[in-house]
Amino acid sequence: MKILTGNDLPTGDVIWWAGDGWSRRVADAVDVGEQGDDLARREEAARHVVGAYVIDATLTDEGPRPAHIKDRIRALGPTVRPDLTLKPADPDVGQWVI
Amino acid sequence: MYRYDQYDQSIVEARVEEFRDQTKRRLAGALTEDQFKPIRLMNGLYLQLHAYMLRVAVPYGTLSARQMRMLAHIARKYDRDYGHFTTRQNIQYNWIKLEDAPDILAELATVEMHAIQTSGNCIRNISSDQYAGVAAEEVADPRPWAELLRQWSSFHPEFTYLPRKFKICVIATQEDRAAMRLHDIGIELVKRDDVVGARIFAGGGMGRTPMVAPEIKDFVAEDDLISYVEACLRVYNRYGRRDNKYKARVKILIHALGADEYRRQVEEEFAAIKQLALDPPKAELDRIRSYFADPAYETGLSEEIDRSDPAFALWVDQNVKSHKQAGYAIVNISLKPTGGIPGDASSAQIDLIADLAERYSLDELRVTHAQNIVLPYVKKADLHTVWQALDNVGLAEANLDLISDIIACPGLDYCSLANARSIPVAQKIAERFADPARQRDLGELKLKISGCINACGHHHAGHIGILGVDRRGKENFQLLLGGSGAEDASLGSITGPGFDEDGVVDAIEKVTDIYVRERIEGERFLDTYRRLGMKPFKDALYG
Repeated sequence: MKILTGNDLPTGDVIWWAGDGWSRRVADAVDVGEQGDDLARREEAARHVVGAYVIDATLTDEGPRPAHIKDRIRALGPTVRPDLTLKPADPDVGQWVI
Repeated sequence: MYRYDQYDQSIVEARVEEFRDQTKRRLAGALTEDQFKPIRLMNGLYLQLHAYMLRVAVPYGTLSARQMRMLAHIARKYDRDYGHFTTRQNIQYNWIKLEDAPDILAELATVEMHAIQTSGNCIRNISSDQYAGVAAEEVADPRPWAELLRQWSSFHPEFTYLPRKFKICVIATQEDRAAMRLHDIGIELVKRDDVVGARIFAGGGMGRTPMVAPEIKDFVAEDDLISYVEACLRVYNRYGRRDNKYKARVKILIHALGADEYRRQVEEEFAAIKQLALDPPKAELDRIRSYFADPAYETGLSEEIDRSDPAFALWVDQNVKSHKQAGYAIVNISLKPTGGIPGDASSAQIDLIADLAERYSLDELRVTHAQNIVLPYVKKADLHTVWQALDNVGLAEANLDLISDIIACPGLDYCSLANARSIPVAQKIAERFADPARQRDLGELKLKISGCINACGHHHAGHIGILGVDRRGKENFQLLLGGSGAEDASLGSITGPGFDEDGVVDAIEKVTDIYVRERIEGERFLDTYRRLGMKPFKDALYG
């Protein structure tokens, strides 16, 4: 599957296209098929996102998992600071990245 | 230390208001990202892996306690309660909101700080020796020269759009603690016939094409310095490549021309520039120099240090260095606790260091390119008190220049350019070699890790260097041996095929085992490597 990601313009937060808007959780990302680039242009023009780009992902039981480690780290947060990730209560959360 | 005059202050404040308006226009849609990006970068604001990142300049690494407290305040109020001290003697915040950035810059301006010259193809923040002004062997304090260069280079209209970024370093001792020859221009102050002048090196750097800078001029008189550096920049600005960013640094130009031809062109340009009388009057350098005059040292202080506490004695032996003034010492605060993140400090730790600087170090501190902090003016009689205060907040690691005093870039955990994570590797190595006795037995061993070819972690200059690469979507780590950023500057050589994360930690242990087996009396790891060459290390790794 292909999913669309970028950063929220005013806050810089990592965001994912969820079909009807943007989410901070990669689990909410939806398959954008071949529409990703058009969506990115539209959403950037509307100032909803900055630096939007399409990535490959695989669908798992927990939702979409980005194909590349860089995007998995973007999705989660820094592996060396579990307290700053999306799952701060899970000390082994970094394993999801690897 | 230097204090802003009305011009400095008004320039910085005007820049903040200009950026406030630009940010407002960006958020309102009057500027596109393509239009806004170069503007925010000129104000130190990057878009990184997780958020905006703000890099704040610390000119030549010198800070007052008040400025350090402001850095803690920004971490606490606008970021996630910590900052990251960098290999360029600056500090970065990883979780900045664009909408907050103008307010942050305004707060920085109240303590004479900014984020100018921390990004873009301009002359970047000038770096220097963290022991400037307190090292016994220096020929002069390099910071007045660095400050003069800072003022000359700030918003220099001719050099705001260079082919690539440009880094200048000024030192004043033969011992190089600032990786001077790995800068675009390295300046070593030297004395000739009792007159202080500048020895100029040019064309050094790391990145994908590492080079040690050749000497371009053996002596430039004080009142020719600005003209001479201007000439170096002009030749680069005119002939540096703009068609390929990977070949655009001045080192590539000098390598292509040859040092002799570059020198000839610089001399020709210098002769023309000198007619223009660009150099500031001597009174200006004297005015700047007055800010860096020696403080009113107390005299008759005790030289004694009570070493009855073994942990304190260990710290003194490793982290405290001799001072030019009797009764005083230079304290190095390691930001490399075992298992910690190299260069990171919490706002509470930053505040504590500010308090110590104010109370015990004449209100001054320094940031080092090795991502540590220095208190430059501590009385020997106060060392134990300072150590206790540091120990209480986890900052008393006695590992300066040992294998766990690792330089590491933020790597793939934070950086959008990175290919691999640097920090977890640093943490695993520090944990593997956590035994203090083992570290001390290994002696001086500078280990430097970069998460990509851009080499922010100075891997080329590590006695042992590690370069993280992406190998078919997986992190892989190349090992380099034999680099040095010191006065014996050299570039490391790759040992061979790379390793995975655990494998590279094992590999480090193998090469240090070879060192322990083969060393002769008094040799550091680097010396043994240079004597034996790569073969025994390679045999141990791959044989």
